Amino acid sequence: MTRKLNRRDLLRGSLNGSIVAVALPFLDIFLNDNGTALADTGRALPPCFGTWFQHLGFNPGRWIPDQVGSGYENNVELKVFDPFRNRINIISGTKYFMDGRPLETHKTGVQIATTGAIFEGADVPPSLDSTIADTIGARTRFRSLEVALNGRTQSASQRSSSAVNPSETSPAALYQRIFGPGFVDPNAAEFTPDPTVMARRSVLSLVADDRIKLMRDVGAADRARLDEYFTSIRQIEQQLEIELHRPAPLETCVIAPEPAEELPELPGLTAEAAENNCSLFASLLGHALACDQTRVFNVFAGTLMMRLPGGVRDWHSLTHEEPIDDMLGVQKDVTWFIDWANRIFVEFLSILEGISEGEGSVLDRLVILWQTDHGYARTHTMENLPIMTVGNAGGRLRTGIHIAAPGDPTTRVGLTIQQAFGVPVSKWGTLSNETDRTINEIII
Amino acid sequence: MSMGGMAKIKARTKGRVALVPGLVLAVVTTSLWLGTGNAGETHKGDYIPREPVMRRLTAGQYRNVISDIFGPDIQIGGRLEPDLREGGLYAVGAGHVSITAAGMEQYDQMARAIAAQVLDEQHRRMTMPCEPADIGAPDDACARQFLTTTGLYLFRRPLTATQADVYVAAANEATKIVDDFYHGLSLSLAAMLSSPQFLFRQQITEPEPDRHGQFRLDAWSKATQLSFFLWNSTPDTLLLEAARGGELNDLHGLDQQVRRMMASPRLETGVRAFFIDNFRFSEFETLTKDARLFPKFGASVAADAREQTLRTIIDLLLHRQEDYRKLFTTRKTFLTPRLGAIYRVPVSHSGPNGAPERWRPHEFSPSEPNIGILTHISFTGLHSPPGRGSPTIRGKAMREVMLCQLVPAPPAEVPFDIVQDITNPLYKTARERLTAHRREPVCAGCHNLMDPIGLALENFDGAGEYRQFENGVPIDPSGEFDTLPFRDFAELSELIAGSRALSSCLVNRLLSYARGRGIDHDERAWVEKTESLFIDGGYRLPDLMRRIATSDDFYRVAAPGTSKIAQEADPQDEAIKSSSGSGQ
Repeated sequence: MTRKLNRRDLLRGSLNGSIVAVALPFLDIFLNDNGTALADTGRALPPCFGTWFQHLGFNPGRWIPDQVGSGYENNVELKVFDPFRNRINIISGTKYFMDGRPLETHKTGVQIATTGAIFEGADVPPSLDSTIADTIGARTRFRSLEVALNGRTQSASQRSSSAVNPSETSPAALYQRIFGPGFVDPNAAEFTPDPTVMARRSVLSLVADDRIKLMRDVGAADRARLDEYFTSIRQIEQQLEIELHRPAPLETCVIAPEPAEELPELPGLTAEAAENNCSLFASLLGHALACDQTRVFNVFAGTLMMRLPGGVRDWHSLTHEEPIDDMLGVQKDVTWFIDWANRIFVEFLSILEGISEGEGSVLDRLVILWQTDHGYARTHTMENLPIMTVGNAGGRLRTGIHIAAPGDPTTRVGLTIQQAFGVPVSKWGTLSNETDRTINEIII
Repeated sequence: MSMGGMAKIKARTKGRVALVPGLVLAVVTTSLWLGTGNAGETHKGDYIPREPVMRRLTAGQYRNVISDIFGPDIQIGGRLEPDLREGGLYAVGAGHVSITAAGMEQYDQMARAIAAQVLDEQHRRMTMPCEPADIGAPDDACARQFLTTTGLYLFRRPLTATQADVYVAAANEATKIVDDFYHGLSLSLAAMLSSPQFLFRQQITEPEPDRHGQFRLDAWSKATQLSFFLWNSTPDTLLLEAARGGELNDLHGLDQQVRRMMASPRLETGVRAFFIDNFRFSEFETLTKDARLFPKFGASVAADAREQTLRTIIDLLLHRQEDYRKLFTTRKTFLTPRLGAIYRVPVSHSGPNGAPERWRPHEFSPSEPNIGILTHISFTGLHSPPGRGSPTIRGKAMREVMLCQLVPAPPAEVPFDIVQDITNPLYKTARERLTAHRREPVCAGCHNLMDPIGLALENFDGAGEYRQFENGVPIDPSGEFDTLPFRDFAELSELIAGSRALSSCLVNRLLSYARGRGIDHDERAWVEKTESLFIDGGYRLPDLMRRIATSDDFYRVAAPGTSKIAQEADPQDEAIKSSSGSGQ
């Protein structure tokens, strides 16, 4: 009668042993009293990972701290990050290696940053958030969640050439995905499995064999694409399973406030709308993490076409068109955009920090990797790239350190982060971007 | 079934009147459009069969298919998985994409919403061939009738006996759980709508009876290939019946079907779909202009601009069956009052008899600058940044979209402020700024490809409105196109229309679109042969489409895993060829 519930038992019981390979939700009945660790094992709450991709870099000479190592002082362009300085690592001096390949501006950098490789055609490696999601996010309702601030579905996250994860553009739509009809509130007094969900699960299991037969008649490339399809179907099955079981009460799980409908017509193309999206997405993603609906998210800031309301030129055009201001020594409007983007990223972090879990916040369980496409957008440089990591994922990284790695491949950072999350990878990247050297200063 | 899906499609098909008056289809007298020759013999230009391609339905196709099968009033909410453009076409990218987890959620949700509508009280009288004995309990016979009929259209081939059993069993189980026949049936239908058999167009092969060791699409896959090529939608009842009866494996039967399909108003849907894809009109979805600079330009103008060019294309290529190249020199088009404001043409709100009419045919006079579709807003406005025009972007689009010549990306470490600072008093016009920029040797190669032809459109601002001056300086639209001089855009448009690259590009894209795969290096002779036929036939698009649709090459495939891997034509080659051709 008092036998402790085991998650595997729950699974077996719930499925009558009829379905195998169903991933498990994170059941917080196993949390300790203060909500920071698993009660029966003492293991910390699961780590989470996020990416923030922001095109167009920073101004050279205005972001690298003078001091290397811990206790650095933020340079003028990053002053806004002071409240989070002890949680942030700044990596300066790294570069994207082209290996004689043509540069596709604003694209090649994204490829190397996210996959460690320059690719074209069908031979596309997975982005590092996908490999991390496979390691830490396979059991949640959403393997990962992607959002873009600029109203377009682009993202820098992909599992392969055939599966580029589209970004959610509407906070209202993301709310429906996370907290809409498929969400089972762990703190609700009553739980009644939805018969429609039961029926859907039944239908899916009955047609599964017929769908898989398709694999027999296709070539290798199409088989890989069907594999992606079946991976996606498994997430649907997993979601149905989660919906059919009463989750353990989860004190820290609070349903995010429902966002209002988005602004009409390309909401994210102005800085004002993107800023609004940023705050709403931060709240939704933070609550999704707190309710363990996902453990991985990707934010595509989509800065290329960003304009001020009524503004003639967008940020990207300005990087190429705007003369350098004699007094300031930089492009004035471009610098306004850089400051603005840093400010909304800080706002994003602040909202995550505001979502408390026990004595800390959801930010404590995160590492967020901030990357960009060019060191200096005005001339499309591929050197001296700013990279930041925020958070230590529950003590998996040292933070508050400035690491100078002049001439090193940026992939050192990606390799380090993947290893921190337990991805079994000893080297990462291709050709000159390949590395087996982690950033040892931040490894614990 | 009285008013079920099949009957409905039949009724719709029969009820349609050919939209294309005077469309005369030449009778196909030979099966071997490209001279494939006897089995075993190969000649230069012969088609080399490729592996089958499994294509995901594009967003447009998904909508067309649902509307054609279940009726246009079925609402399709939600966001479909973004399409991927490859080789200039979504149709080619469709052969490489899969479905992500986020995308699957959307498809799943949409499938349930569509299935619920199809079987709701309002629609079931039209869509159900039978009534269940008890609305609260399973009725396998009735479910089977519905699912096998609908499954034929959704899977584009009959369900196998096992498939029928599985979906009937699924409906049965679901009905028992929810105690509602239609709800249970709708969940089984939703499973069909989210199945790979529906979401992907799979090509099933069979041995060619007359060519030992070679393969072709089976009749059902043929029907699908044909239908999506000509109509951008699923096969209708008559085409499926032709597939079932083996007619599509017979030259005469295939020709009959192609004739019928090309006489259908759906051909316009198909041709529109090709040009929407080929001319990248999906970019209209995110097109914005700065309202302070271009107050006449709004979302509705953008929609009209897209439609203006599509109407011009359909009128010239389908209705009048004229030479494709005339698209680039025609002064005939269609306008709305909103477009008239930008083109500075008074467009009446009412038709000849006072009836409301939004679209009016219009012909620009020879003294006006508007000649050909490249002077349409769908080109000048679409290929411009929000706040200005851009000769470089327009020149790049002419090369890449219209002529299939890829321009390499700019190198790193190059400042652009001279070229793009429109407030610099030293360089008042785009021509002056670009000339200064081209002094950088590293920039000159590519800009020589783009700028001279892009500058010819400088008389059209970022929203497509005519202007004579930039910063008070008269605009000079003269230049050179592949070593040939021109004085203004009217002359350039004649040069473009006369360029072999223009027709070659259309043939290349149409073949890629039809097959769902780009052109490989070793297919160039085959493409050139096709192009010769297109030229000899007077550059007529319907004729080219008919040739493709009735050729057996279009349906020949290699067995999966057997075709040799050929390299895609290297875009750099095209750029280099083009560069040397321009003599820069």
